[in-house]
Amino acid sequence: MAISADPLNLVITGVGGQGNILLSGMLGGAFMKKGYYVTIGETFGAAQRGGAVFSTVRLSQKREYGPIMPDGKAHLIVGLEPLETLRLVEKYGNSDTVVISNTYPVVTASVSSGQDTYPDMAELKKAVESLCKEAYFIDATSIALDINAPIALNIVMVGALLGTKQLPLEVEDIKAELRENLPPDRLEVNFEALARGMKAIAESKQFSEK
Amino acid sequence: MPNLVKLASGSEYLLQGNEAIARGALESGVQYCAAYPGTPSTEILTSLAAIAKEAGIHAEWSSNEKVATEAALATAYTGLRTISSMKNAGLNVAMDTLQHINLATLGDRKGAMVVVVADDPQSHASGDEEDTRWAAQMANAPLMEPANFQEALDMTKALFELSAEFSIFGYLRGYTRLAHSRGKVKVGDYKKADTKAWFDRSKMFTPYIAPPKRAALIKKMAEIRERFEDSPFNIYQGPEKPELLIICSGSGMPSSLDAIEELGLGDRVGILKLGTLWPFPARTVVSHVQKAGKTLVVEESDPFVETHVKAAVADARLSPAPEILGKGSGHQDYVGENNPDRVIAALCRIFGIEYQSREPEYQEKMNDLIGKMVVSRGLAWCPGCPHRASFYAIGNAIKRDGRDPILASDIGCYTMDAFPAGTQITNILHCMGGGFAEAGGLGQLAQFGFTQPAIGICGDSTFFHGAIPALINAVYNKSNVTYIVLDNAITAMTGFQPHAASGRTATQDVTSQIDIEALCKTVGCRVEIQDPFDTKATTAKLMELLKDDNGVKVLILRRKCELLRMRQEKKHLYKVYVDTEKCKGDKCGFCYRILRCPGIAYDAETGKAKIQPALCAECGLCADLCPSKAIVKEERA
Repeated sequence: MAISADPLNLVITGVGGQGNILLSGMLGGAFMKKGYYVTIGETFGAAQRGGAVFSTVRLSQKREYGPIMPDGKAHLIVGLEPLETLRLVEKYGNSDTVVISNTYPVVTASVSSGQDTYPDMAELKKAVESLCKEAYFIDATSIALDINAPIALNIVMVGALLGTKQLPLEVEDIKAELRENLPPDRLEVNFEALARGMKAIAESKQFSEK
Repeated sequence: MPNLVKLASGSEYLLQGNEAIARGALESGVQYCAAYPGTPSTEILTSLAAIAKEAGIHAEWSSNEKVATEAALATAYTGLRTISSMKNAGLNVAMDTLQHINLATLGDRKGAMVVVVADDPQSHASGDEEDTRWAAQMANAPLMEPANFQEALDMTKALFELSAEFSIFGYLRGYTRLAHSRGKVKVGDYKKADTKAWFDRSKMFTPYIAPPKRAALIKKMAEIRERFEDSPFNIYQGPEKPELLIICSGSGMPSSLDAIEELGLGDRVGILKLGTLWPFPARTVVSHVQKAGKTLVVEESDPFVETHVKAAVADARLSPAPEILGKGSGHQDYVGENNPDRVIAALCRIFGIEYQSREPEYQEKMNDLIGKMVVSRGLAWCPGCPHRASFYAIGNAIKRDGRDPILASDIGCYTMDAFPAGTQITNILHCMGGGFAEAGGLGQLAQFGFTQPAIGICGDSTFFHGAIPALINAVYNKSNVTYIVLDNAITAMTGFQPHAASGRTATQDVTSQIDIEALCKTVGCRVEIQDPFDTKATTAKLMELLKDDNGVKVLILRRKCELLRMRQEKKHLYKVYVDTEKCKGDKCGFCYRILRCPGIAYDAETGKAKIQPALCAECGLCADLCPSKAIVKEERA
């Protein structure tokens, strides 16, 4: 069932270089064409690669909302990296939030150097599952590597998002955005990434509504 | 990035705040656009440069913001419409000029000039949270601050009209959450501008002699103030006589709307959104304050609006004196970015409402479950970044020198050395061009018993922006100093803008490449060049220069930004992998502890180093430096 909230607050999070900004732009573009008020907040500027990056997408049919949403008010969190998913659940999550996350970690420099410990994946999943309404976890990075397109990780995640049917969007809406945003020779592999993400959700053991 | 000249008049588009400003300039007939890159203002010029040829306009990356503003100013004298855009810090560089313009006027050729300054509350990509609105007041420039994307376009146009009519420049204040957010914008008519440039030989533009010109300017501002009292950019919404009046500007508007909606206070709280901030529409403000119980001012950065609201209310001698809440009363923060939660907190305090975004039990559960699991992810140099190698090599030279050399750094990707993911050998870090000048000062202290070698460092784009005068000063005044230019062939941090040594202009025309080496030699420096990836040779060369007491030495560390190289060559240099047999894992940890590259990490499963797919740039630096030769780099066909 698609989320019916208005405004609908969507957060997309990940690490610089994972294609977060393109993803929020495509989702925003698709909703814009459906006549919604769309506001996208992007955080970038300093780290091109490797820093924490998240964007907010606020959708409404009533009025224009600002790019910053109140704490604890996300309806949907899409995480391209699991630690970043957890960070945003802590800030914006609530018991009605739906989470769709990649499970493949990008460890931080502080973890690599031994100052910090990367969260245990089982514990991370358990925390997200018990704090949120629904949680879907897929290894999107491995899927992207499997189709020889590591940078299509973001598109695998859009496929997963479509697969959950949480947003009133169809595959064709996203394909239209891909056609607008990517060179023609990159379309085929991105369509495949989309399909693989949808398939992964269909196969995944969904943590169902409590 | 949308093609701004192809947008259909009357249609709606999802535009970034910066793109909306650029489109507004085009609709106003802008013909000359100049800027120096600076987050969050960069995309204004980027999007204009992208269509410059099609639109028949001039768009350039200037050496710095002062040069950009002065060039734009002169073209306004010829009757053209012109825009100069910059970030908060850039305003300081252009300040000298801005204070003159409106005294001298733009003449009577109906030229017009808009200056856009994008502030960065929260310092997402800046050294400070400077609120530049005061600069507009100092310069007596009409100041507008958009509260949404449509206003970014509309206000740009309004300022161009005002500028042409009053023959003074207009000031548009942007900020991060406008500049780098996207929203719906209905675009207006665009027609290719074709004004012919001509300078009236009988005219002289100068603020000299200032007092009578200042008197004339103040008179103009009084006239503009009257316009602003009725401006459609100052909008009230809410009950006729609200218990609380929120006066807000910019990002304060969406935050206030969210807060009122969240708390269900629509019947009790009204919002007066101000878009024209200087000259301040005092009468409008007083008329609303009079009708309200209390007033709360919501704005980002300094209490600019708040100060003027208080002054307006004091002038009006209202009785009883209304209560004006905001930063001064502790209801709003001086520090950081505005957000809905800050306004919610203020409204709760004023109305005595209890609000928690999440139930206390849920919050407790969250604390239990997530607890300390979330670790921070600091800024780091990209995988393959030449600066990682440069700072590793410089750090080794500093350690081995034995005299505690001092490193004065500058603004660019190399700034990140000062952050936890860098090597943190930086000692002084302020602003563009500062590193060279500061090191030059330290290089003068031998007579005071100072024996520590001085090192100044900057990037290639920064070199042209502000370091050259400091370089010349050091040579002229006989400073004993070593300079390092980190030449990665691009203005990287702001997103790959070309500069004076790139050989390309903002509009991709081929141009001369200014030779940094020749320039330094011409002014009398000893110059050496190294590839920083040869870390041993770089360390040795720097140590040699530090021992050379004969004046100004320049070491150019030249290697292309990896992201730029990848864009151009579209393939990795090597195939890189870890030989887990040879890797000593945590007994060593050189690659992930010392180099701290996001492309390689400790793998808890194997206890060895592991390449991070999609992030690793396969540059081979870790392979070159691995003490166990456990990282393999293979040439690609």
